[in-house]
Amino acid sequence: MDCMFLIALKMLLGDRPKYWMLVGGLAFSSLLMTQQYFVFQGLLSWTTSHMRNMRASIWVVESRVDQVNETKAMRDTDVNRVRSVDGVDFAVPLFQGVLKARTPDGADKMIQMIGLHSGTLYGRPARMLEGDIEQLRLPNSVVIDTLAAETNRLGAGMGRPLRVGDTFEINDREARVVGICQTERHFFGYPYVFASYDQALQYAPRQRKMLSMILAEPKPGLDTAEVARRISAATGLRAFTVPQFEKATLKWVWTNTGIPISFLTTIILGFVVGVAISGQTFYSFVLENLRNLGALKAMGAGNGLLAGMLLVQSLTVGLIGFGIGIGLTALFGLTVAKGGQPPFKLEVPFLFQAMGGVVLICALAALFGIRRVARLEPAIVFRG
Amino acid sequence: MVSHEPNSRNLSERAISARGVVKAFGSGDARTLALKGADFEALEGELHLIVGPSGCGKTTLLSVLAGTLGCDAGQVEVLGSMLTALSSAEVTRFRCRHIGFIFQQFNLIPTLTLLENVSVPMLLQGAPRREAEARASERLGQVGLGGRERQRPTQLSGGQQQRVAIARALVHEPRLVICDEPTSALDSVTGHQIMDLLSGAARAPGRCVLIVTHDPRIYGYADRISEMEDGRVTAVHSGHALGAFIQAAQRS
Repeated sequence: MDCMFLIALKMLLGDRPKYWMLVGGLAFSSLLMTQQYFVFQGLLSWTTSHMRNMRASIWVVESRVDQVNETKAMRDTDVNRVRSVDGVDFAVPLFQGVLKARTPDGADKMIQMIGLHSGTLYGRPARMLEGDIEQLRLPNSVVIDTLAAETNRLGAGMGRPLRVGDTFEINDREARVVGICQTERHFFGYPYVFASYDQALQYAPRQRKMLSMILAEPKPGLDTAEVARRISAATGLRAFTVPQFEKATLKWVWTNTGIPISFLTTIILGFVVGVAISGQTFYSFVLENLRNLGALKAMGAGNGLLAGMLLVQSLTVGLIGFGIGIGLTALFGLTVAKGGQPPFKLEVPFLFQAMGGVVLICALAALFGIRRVARLEPAIVFRG
Repeated sequence: MVSHEPNSRNLSERAISARGVVKAFGSGDARTLALKGADFEALEGELHLIVGPSGCGKTTLLSVLAGTLGCDAGQVEVLGSMLTALSSAEVTRFRCRHIGFIFQQFNLIPTLTLLENVSVPMLLQGAPRREAEARASERLGQVGLGGRERQRPTQLSGGQQQRVAIARALVHEPRLVICDEPTSALDSVTGHQIMDLLSGAARAPGRCVLIVTHDPRIYGYADRISEMEDGRVTAVHSGHALGAFIQAAQRS
């Protein structure tokens, strides 16, 4: 019977237009599903990049804040209230805000300003590429990320990326680059500019309350979640561990933005298009071969064997199409999305889920044909 | 389970026996009786034609006798097995092992080579590919198409395609060969070449070749002719009566 599966494949491969249409449809479907999912995952990972860029153990925010990219200013005295909570090793203020920077050629660019506690620089970026983060304590000093340094960002007008020693303006104040760091892209796409907390307050337009967040560390040996809970209970502020804040942020994105539904719609459309194209093409392939299948049935091929042959045909084009689709997705990740825009985060488990989806598409496509063939009277071959 | 193995005691005797076969298509007002209690008999070792005007039920009877179409009433015994008592799967296995088919439109699979097309009945029986192809190659040689194993059906003329169909029908040494209008799509000379091959096939021990046709040019090849009209077999011609029937048919 294995030989009949080989015959089935030859029947399919011999019909080049149908074969390529099936493979093309499934490749397109696989590409659409996986590329969109990985871009979606990349985008979701941007929403929580703040926490990976600043690596604090406990994030304390105003009681109405739901996610990390949102700020509602607190009173400066809140830092001391957090410090006084039992189990807190230390707590420092953090400023974060979107400001306007002026490039050397006079253009305005939006930046994500982060003001780190001047004494400890707690929350500093993990990876410095150039310069010295400690120099943030000098007046008018900033550390920028690689995105900020690009010629189409703050380097605009220089004809080259910004380097250590270059200057630009933030709110009419000079900002001198003392270091360049590597960060993960922020959700809003703005480049990161780090300054000391005091310096950041000078760059930002003055408001009554300027404290955006408080970063805290539990005493050694204490459970981070427990300390966060104590802070919330004692201060009335919201304190999150990193996993808690990530979860809250993702929940906020799911419930407050159209991003997930938009991507999920495209992913589902990819699946539906796959079913529609491959189902229709495969069914028309079966219809065109009905007399041949009827002849095989007359000659003694049972429904089970014919169903198996159709499944082999369908799954073969499915796996080839999936391979091509995944290849194109990988190519997209390695070329178009190489610079991080659009976001792209490959997740291996989804590859298997997508393969399952394609197998399901193929099974559905084969099912249409199998139903038709099961009802086929072998006597059809005697009707001229 | 009813056995579908041929009854060896009846060799050289009755190959097919059908009694009171009724087959209707459609339902309600659209119900049409294609077979109205047809009786039929064919012997082993003979080339048997079923003839009659269009719409008389020839093809329906052939389909019922071949086990490709069930009947509503009556009994059909083929090679000692009561087809009407077998399950659908058993009838399928029976066809696979004991029946060879030749169709009016050849029904060769265009994307397969001649060798692969002819191998199919043996592959369906579970034969190893190498053995099936060796036998298929041999059969193609016997029908005059040796050396063309790797060609595809579309590269052949109608007559050559029908020869491939004959090779396919005979490759697994079936006891019954069912042919539906095997010459109707062919010119006279090619038609006679095809009938020579089928006539030779009918001479194999214990084999019966059953042909539905309304091509009087091939009546001369028959050992017996069953004449049908309005869903019934109305006459069976053999011996001297066969000669007279053929002459009358060819004159008209």
